[in-house]
Amino acid sequence: MVIAATLAIFVAMILAIIRAVMGPSLYDRILAVNMFGTKTVLLISLLGFVMGRPEFLDIAMVYALINFISVIGVLRLSDAFNSKHNGPVVGPGVDPVERDS
Amino acid sequence: METVLSLLSGFFLLLGSFLCLSGGVGILRFPDFYTRMHAAGVTDTLAAAMILIGLMLQSPEMLVIIKLMMILLMTLFISPAASHALGQAAVLNNLLPLVDLNMNHLAKNTTAGDESSKS
Repeated sequence: MVIAATLAIFVAMILAIIRAVMGPSLYDRILAVNMFGTKTVLLISLLGFVMGRPEFLDIAMVYALINFISVIGVLRLSDAFNSKHNGPVVGPGVDPVERDS
Repeated sequence: METVLSLLSGFFLLLGSFLCLSGGVGILRFPDFYTRMHAAGVTDTLAAAMILIGLMLQSPEMLVIIKLMMILLMTLFISPAASHALGQAAVLNNLLPLVDLNMNHLAKNTTAGDESSKS
């Protein structure tokens, strides 16, 4: 049953990375990469149980923290990039302009 | 007792696998960024919780269970925070939901004439 869950997580990771490659906007890609990272945490802990080495759980904990920090960092970078290239960020109460594509 | 634990563990693992697969299909098939975020949020929290609980029921050692509970708590705190930051950044950077685009289209049509047939 652990091996079946591992295969299901592999399939979900493949679907997420397809969305990350063909995502139309930047945020689709960030979302897919975030989901890929969460699934990687689950995959590492499941592989530790499959291979009989529970020390992999430490690596899974570290990977969860790195995933969170990387997603927040990329979001800050996208904020700076968009406000530099597309004018100021629209705040609440202001009508947002329609997106190009 | 052992068979009950293994059956419960298999049930939780199967439920988590089903939620993972449905989230993967959802992130590939949904039409909009916000609906895709809904699918990814479901898999991030509930599927991870189910799979980690299934692994907890299998492990004999106490240290492994404590590490799995740490991973579960971290996932339950981190994943909604990341989803919230992602959705806020998308809204603040003018990524409109698909429903609003359709309603703008409808509003343009209703100002042209027939208002009753569009509702």
